[in-house]
Amino acid sequence: MTETALSTQSTTGIVELKTVKSESVTQRTIRRFFRHRLAVIALAVLSVIVVSAILASVIERYPYDLVDLRSRAAPPSAEHWLGTDRVGRDIWSRTIHGARVSLVVGIGATLISTLIGTLVGAVSGYYGRWVDMTLMRVTDIVMTFPSIVIMLTLAALLPRNVFSILLIIGGLSWPSVARLIRAQFLSYKEQEFVLAARALGIPDRRIIFVHILPNAFAPLVALITFSVGTAILTEAGLSFLGLGVPPPAPSWGNMLEAARNLDILKNVPWMWIPPAFMTILTVLCVNFIGDGLRDAVDPRLVL
Amino acid sequence: MLKYLLRRLLLTVPVLIAITFIVFGLTELAPGDVADYFISPELQMSPEALAALRARFGLDQPVLVRYVNWVGNILQGDLGYRFTDGQPVGDVIARRLSASLTLIGVAMLIGVVVGVPLGVFIGLRQYSFWDFSLTGFSFLGISMPAFVTGIIALFIFSIQLRWFPSGGIRPVDRVPTLLDSLHHLMLPSLVLSLNYIATYMRYTRFSILEVIHSDYVRTARAKGLGERWVTWRHTVPNAILPVVTVVGLSIPNLVVGAVFTETIFSWPGMGTLYLEAVSGRDIPLLMGMNLVIALVVLLGNILTDLTYAVVDPRIRYD
Repeated sequence: MTETALSTQSTTGIVELKTVKSESVTQRTIRRFFRHRLAVIALAVLSVIVVSAILASVIERYPYDLVDLRSRAAPPSAEHWLGTDRVGRDIWSRTIHGARVSLVVGIGATLISTLIGTLVGAVSGYYGRWVDMTLMRVTDIVMTFPSIVIMLTLAALLPRNVFSILLIIGGLSWPSVARLIRAQFLSYKEQEFVLAARALGIPDRRIIFVHILPNAFAPLVALITFSVGTAILTEAGLSFLGLGVPPPAPSWGNMLEAARNLDILKNVPWMWIPPAFMTILTVLCVNFIGDGLRDAVDPRLVL
Repeated sequence: MLKYLLRRLLLTVPVLIAITFIVFGLTELAPGDVADYFISPELQMSPEALAALRARFGLDQPVLVRYVNWVGNILQGDLGYRFTDGQPVGDVIARRLSASLTLIGVAMLIGVVVGVPLGVFIGLRQYSFWDFSLTGFSFLGISMPAFVTGIIALFIFSIQLRWFPSGGIRPVDRVPTLLDSLHHLMLPSLVLSLNYIATYMRYTRFSILEVIHSDYVRTARAKGLGERWVTWRHTVPNAILPVVTVVGLSIPNLVVGAVFTETIFSWPGMGTLYLEAVSGRDIPLLMGMNLVIALVVLLGNILTDLTYAVVDPRIRYD
């Protein structure tokens, strides 16, 4: 987008012609994003969460796995800001360390699903015909079969660690990315710049990754952001069912698992309220940012 | 239409065969079999005894023979017996399936009945107060997973206010009346419905907004049709169409779409059964459940297409 050239009268009386300032797509997107007030607030809150996750080992008051049998299930106090759990571990420390797991899984799983989805979608959309048919049927199957079933099965079979969780979530959530990228490729591959590239004899691989893909990414931004939120929820869910991040490492999901015990649910609410609150807050922030990004990249929308 | 239906049903046959292959193959790939499950390593059972056990369960046969046997048994309605307690898999699944269908069916129904009209309502009033507050609610509904809403609802309504029982499908101390069953069903189905309400509402709103700005609605207005006529004859029917697909796409959820809600409210449904099967490595049960789930997915797809054919006169099947 180009802004109109401005001519201004300077103090010397000489008319200066300012150069036409052109704004890149990225700059425009950022500018439009900052008009979305909720998204900006969400970005600020999420930044705080990210920073505390990174600095978890610094701002923790006790090691997250320090068992203190003298203060078991202690309510929040000056010593333990958010109280302690049944073996006296500090909830504050566990919550901020849990943020690490959530963010790592959220971002890591999304990277994996974006990678697979982009590859499948690009190849499918670019080559079309039977390649497209085959890949899209596979995509349909992965998309329609309830992923929770496959996740539970895989989670029970694979070794229980953060890496497995990453692979499981990422490996099952790529279909929506693939569909979007495919649709983009379908519309781009007939355009002049692609035809020109082909006429010049540029290899397919280069056309796909250098010529088309950078154009196809903009609509993907929002989808990727939303999928970070979904991945965070999925990890928390699996850990809640006891199939995710294994204790003693804290994750919001396995902290919430404690609330399955009616006695803890009733009498030790500080054990499950912090992870519940943080899960909702983080995912809300991510979704608001995604919403802001979607509006920002949508050229039809006037902001 | 009938021809289309027949072709559609015929097409499911190869898919069904493929499904049995996948279900059987996956179980084949999983490490461990019944012998590993029953025998703890400390027992130090002799290899002969292990072999005898494997023979008893037919595990010494070649893969293909076992597959054919398995499919043959299924065709006769025999899904095998659970590893854990020897109950017939078919019976267990039937019992649990009805519990899940009730819970999730009611939740989805609430989702459609509440979500779609609300979506229409705010779609027609974009940027109004109602639009902002309900869109905000749907955002929350989508960001809150069932295991968080479930815990919070249980804490507030069962433990603090004591309005609802804290779990289970019926009272343990007496024969349940219809009222008892409804009382137990209420909280979990409401918790589960939040997500459906939010999803359907968002989708309907979006769909209404798309249609409202389309050419044919502008044409209808230009013709001088009344606002009410334009809304109810032109906008809403067209906007509902894609919503049918979204609702149809959630049909597979009817079976195992409530793992978290069922876990929190100790609901004896398919979700909790699947967890039991997975954690107990109960392979016959897993195979049976996967088969049922795949069937429901297939059925859901066919139903969605058929509903579409019925509600959208533009689609022709010849």
